Amino acid sequence: MAMIQVKNLTRIFDVSKPWLNRVIERLPKAMLTAVSDVSFDVEERTVYSLVGESGSGKSTIGKMAVGLLKPTDGSVLINDIDLSRETDGGKLDKARSDIQMIFQDPYASLNPRWRVREIINEPVSARGGNVVGLAEKLLEQVGLSSLDADKFPHEFSGGQRQRICIARALASEPKLIVCDEPTSALDVSVQAQVLNLMSDLQENLGLTYLFISHDLTVVQHISDKIGVLYLGRLVEEATPDELFENPKHPYSQMLLAAAPKMDGFGREIDPPQGEIPDPINPPTGCAFHPRCPIATAKCSAERPEMRVVRGARVACHLAE
Amino acid sequence: MSEAVLSIRNLTVEIPTRGGILRPVDQINYDINRGEILGIVGESGAGKSMAGNAVIGLLNRPAKITGGEIWLNGTRIDQLEGEDMRRLRGKHIGMVFQDPLTSLNPLLRIGDQLTETMLEHLDISRDKARKRAAAALDEVGIPAAAQRLDSYPHEFSGGMRQRVVIALALCAEPSLIIADEPTTALDVSVQAQIIALLKRLCRDRGTAVMLITHDMGVIAETADRVAVMYAGRLAELGNVRDVVTHPEHPYTDGLMGSTPLASKGLKRLRQISGSMPRLTAMPEGCAFHPRCEFAQDICRAEPRPKLNGGRSACHFPIQQPAEETA
Repeated sequence: MAMIQVKNLTRIFDVSKPWLNRVIERLPKAMLTAVSDVSFDVEERTVYSLVGESGSGKSTIGKMAVGLLKPTDGSVLINDIDLSRETDGGKLDKARSDIQMIFQDPYASLNPRWRVREIINEPVSARGGNVVGLAEKLLEQVGLSSLDADKFPHEFSGGQRQRICIARALASEPKLIVCDEPTSALDVSVQAQVLNLMSDLQENLGLTYLFISHDLTVVQHISDKIGVLYLGRLVEEATPDELFENPKHPYSQMLLAAAPKMDGFGREIDPPQGEIPDPINPPTGCAFHPRCPIATAKCSAERPEMRVVRGARVACHLAE
Repeated sequence: MSEAVLSIRNLTVEIPTRGGILRPVDQINYDINRGEILGIVGESGAGKSMAGNAVIGLLNRPAKITGGEIWLNGTRIDQLEGEDMRRLRGKHIGMVFQDPLTSLNPLLRIGDQLTETMLEHLDISRDKARKRAAAALDEVGIPAAAQRLDSYPHEFSGGMRQRVVIALALCAEPSLIIADEPTTALDVSVQAQIIALLKRLCRDRGTAVMLITHDMGVIAETADRVAVMYAGRLAELGNVRDVVTHPEHPYTDGLMGSTPLASKGLKRLRQISGSMPRLTAMPEGCAFHPRCEFAQDICRAEPRPKLNGGRSACHFPIQQPAEETA
């Protein structure tokens, strides 16, 4: 039984100008489709990564998974409970307590006026739980000192703050943690420390991660399965080995070729052409067809369905 | 100083504070030759941007250059002030910053920004400047360049804006470009486009480039030589292939090893324990010794190890495998 089941998830944002501007300037309503018909499952105790460039909808999916945003269409089931439609308060409360989130910017996600102890205890004390010694225990678990509980966030460096964010996420003993770019704001050596900590915790506590990142190398390292997003659509889903050895969707191929390599001295590549199209007026058919080197007439007419191609799921008419 | 476009000798930048004098840049030395891309890597707070800003005279008070010399094309520039510095900045040094939106004036059409720079620094007519502006935009790969001259910066996407900034940096034909994290704010595919563009333009024009970044992959692909900075000091300086594949300084080794790229197939990433020392509490001797697994008594004592024309500032550089050195 999959822990997260995402089915035909769609989210449309209304980005129209105020109605008076629309009347005066004769503008139509503008709808931005951030996530379009995305389906995937995340098994328990695994790390599922969503990777894509800016505007690909990865963070929007993460927010819908924890219930911070409501889907326009489709559903996210966490252990068979749909957070946006469930009416039984007790069930909803139980499901929510199993989910936590770690954000990108450890400077913005900690309240500067709270002591670390209050920050870490909050998810438990808000539910009336017992917090005696909790913060101290968690701080040691994430590699800080129990004496740090009385300090304020400004006394810590970026990497240490991200550890505090991790400790807070662990406080309510969740089963699922949604990590939205948890290491993007950190230096490489600190990133290595935080990624190692996250892998250790995942293993020891049996956690499930939904890991959101734009960094292919990080994703390759930490994931059990990777979903590649383009313009709000899932274009390929595969294991890291499969994806990096043998990408099947032309977009995945382009992305992997463009990523800098440590042994690419003086590498001369033809950089990818074009940029991500405007999500308000996405291309017809396959969203990638204007930039795709192998696109045919069918690609601009018909949106490809997800299908299984040699051990991966790919949304491309031509992949084989 | 024959070939070198830029020579930095014992450059030191200090910030006087109530708690004592901080040294964000401490006696660094390097040259950049014509047509060469020198990568400067390091983590936040290593002083890489501070060194770049010192060259172009953009240090904010109270930070100031307190020692050393900066030579550009055989002229000493670290003591220039006011008008002289301003003229030098636009004409001889181009600058590309991380965030392309904040480095363009949002109220001016990009054509006006380009022609303004050229009229200021080159002796040409307005008409000619406009033609050259269109050519410059065309060269950096902006489609329909002549029409886009009348567009405002907000009408461009992030990648296109960074192209405009590069056109702006290049339009007065400087001999040196300082690119401070030029692709950090961009997506991977756009980053590849910008890197390819920078490389091509510099090769064609023989411009020297100081590429400041924290991304080892970008350095490996782009730079000819690389300088690794740690706590305001140069840890290692050498040919990019040597430094990346056979680092001598233990810090460089740790830095390269901790990228997920280098740890491919490993269950855990290699990590350097601890964090960079604060400028207020700089250790004696080698700044890296509290985190270094090879540290001995000599590392903890002054005088600290220096490059002295060699590759790494370390008492015990990591030996290269025998077959490589033979």
